[in-house]
Amino acid sequence: MKYKTQKIAYWFWALSMLLLVLQITYGFIMGFARIGMDGLHEFIPFNTARAVHTNLLVVWLLSGFMGAAYYIIPEEAQRDLVRPKLAFLQLISLALVGVTAIIGYHFNWWEGRKFLEIPRPLDWLVVFNVLLFLGLILWTLFTGKRRTTTALVLSMGLLFAALLYLPGMIDFDSQTLDSFFRWWVVHLWVEGVWELIMGGILSFLLIKLTGVDREVIEKWLYVIVGLTFLSGILGTGHHYYYIGVNKIWLIVGGIFSALEPLAFLAMALFAVNMYRKGEKSHPNKIALYWTLGSAILSFVGAGLLGFAHTLPQVNLYTHGTLVTAMHGHLAFWGAYGMIVLAIMSYALPNLTGRKLYDTAGARLAFWLSNIGLLGMTIAFGVAGVAQTYLERRFKMEFMQVQNEIKVHFIVLILMATLFAIGITYYIIQFVKYGLPNDEALEAETN
Amino acid sequence: MLSKKQARAFFLGGTVVTFLIFIGLTVYSLSKAQDQTHSENITEAVIRGKHIWEKNNCMGCHTLFGEGAYYAPELTKVIERRGEAYVKGVLMSPVPWQINGRKMVAYNMSEADALDVVEFFKWAGNVDLNGFEHVVSPLAKEKIEANN
Repeated sequence: MKYKTQKIAYWFWALSMLLLVLQITYGFIMGFARIGMDGLHEFIPFNTARAVHTNLLVVWLLSGFMGAAYYIIPEEAQRDLVRPKLAFLQLISLALVGVTAIIGYHFNWWEGRKFLEIPRPLDWLVVFNVLLFLGLILWTLFTGKRRTTTALVLSMGLLFAALLYLPGMIDFDSQTLDSFFRWWVVHLWVEGVWELIMGGILSFLLIKLTGVDREVIEKWLYVIVGLTFLSGILGTGHHYYYIGVNKIWLIVGGIFSALEPLAFLAMALFAVNMYRKGEKSHPNKIALYWTLGSAILSFVGAGLLGFAHTLPQVNLYTHGTLVTAMHGHLAFWGAYGMIVLAIMSYALPNLTGRKLYDTAGARLAFWLSNIGLLGMTIAFGVAGVAQTYLERRFKMEFMQVQNEIKVHFIVLILMATLFAIGITYYIIQFVKYGLPNDEALEAETN
Repeated sequence: MLSKKQARAFFLGGTVVTFLIFIGLTVYSLSKAQDQTHSENITEAVIRGKHIWEKNNCMGCHTLFGEGAYYAPELTKVIERRGEAYVKGVLMSPVPWQINGRKMVAYNMSEADALDVVEFFKWAGNVDLNGFEHVVSPLAKEKIEANN
């Protein structure tokens, strides 16, 4: 760690870990409900568990991204964060929004719009929170000694993410319009500006871990984020095929979303090539595992599995089935979950001065969580394909089909258990690192 | 070989051009002439029904237009498929509706609220979904006709 204020990142990541544990817990509640073990139905019905599960995903990732920004921006701008006390206020307000929303969901206090269930009064707190965060980050960046491409791309991603939250707050009488603009938020986040955030973090990690020249890495960063927007913005059309808008989206969405894997392929090739060109001398191998793993699995999960059902001819049958859950799980994990765990794995030794990277626990965390999540993806995939054929081709009733595919959810739960063990190892490592301290200012490896 | 400046121009240029096309297509596809939703049929009752649909996060289990949580049936054509009386019965049930072992939240709705939700489903059932309405399971009218 080079600047004392980078320590703030630690607290955002601690919140992330707590929310991740809760997210997994609610995932299990849903998994068990799907095999008929719904004893909690009266207190936590499926729609509550589902809203909590997906919202916690968003909040733990955002908290992870914010932590990453608080770690990266001072180092890139070569100055301490401005007004660090306000960053703690921002952390508290973020935790407050998250916790209040989640409790509210148990009492029917929500908007009932997939991914954007947060009720309106809390939306304003989100706006306040994000404005405060952006203010601190941008102020630091623009008063710093240098403005690097990595820092600009990361900040631009965070700024656009905040702006794109707004279309989700407009009220519509038509379900079609509601859905149309809801995707402006959700799609343009995860298949647009979040990729900028991911690209920025990835670029920072590659510069630090491989020792390859910044100019080379940042040039390719521009190409990658260029490809992301070139395909991703018009790729939004793949959500508009069957919601009641013009057929033109079948063509536009079909073509451009078919190009979306290119950005992820470029990201994977970029990361692997930089690693091969690099010195391979950095001792924090586990951070490198997570970094390269993220670049590769985001290509598989977001790129390939997304492509598998993005063409309108295929999506006509798979839309609204568990095939989406298959793609969603590996895409979020590969692109965003792993990159947050990567930056944490890199930064924790620097923040605490403890070099715990080469331990069996750290390796188990990586392998078990990844094998577990790949297994879950396969279980969702088999269930989804079976559902598609039975329901959409053979016209069987919904619940008949659900009973047929129940067995795949037993596999899902077993694989999720493996995943959860991996995450437990990760959190044990996190705790073992202890709190960040100022002595670590001199102990950094880099 | 590509320079950093060229790479930045590719990023900025590509983003601006695709974003403008996206806005243009949005304006075009949401114009009155392209309406596939029969927006003139969105009555007060349909809007109230939509609010009830959102207030109870029905999308947290069901799907509508294929969007939702895949835990409970797709509801795009539910009125054609099940009829009004059945849907009202489910919504007004004071005990959890339970078919084939999967429980629904007992909403115990008033008849007026249930009717609003039915009106919302009727509107949704008539939206032109570019062919998805004929595929989405279980087939509504087509299946009933085939069985007769």
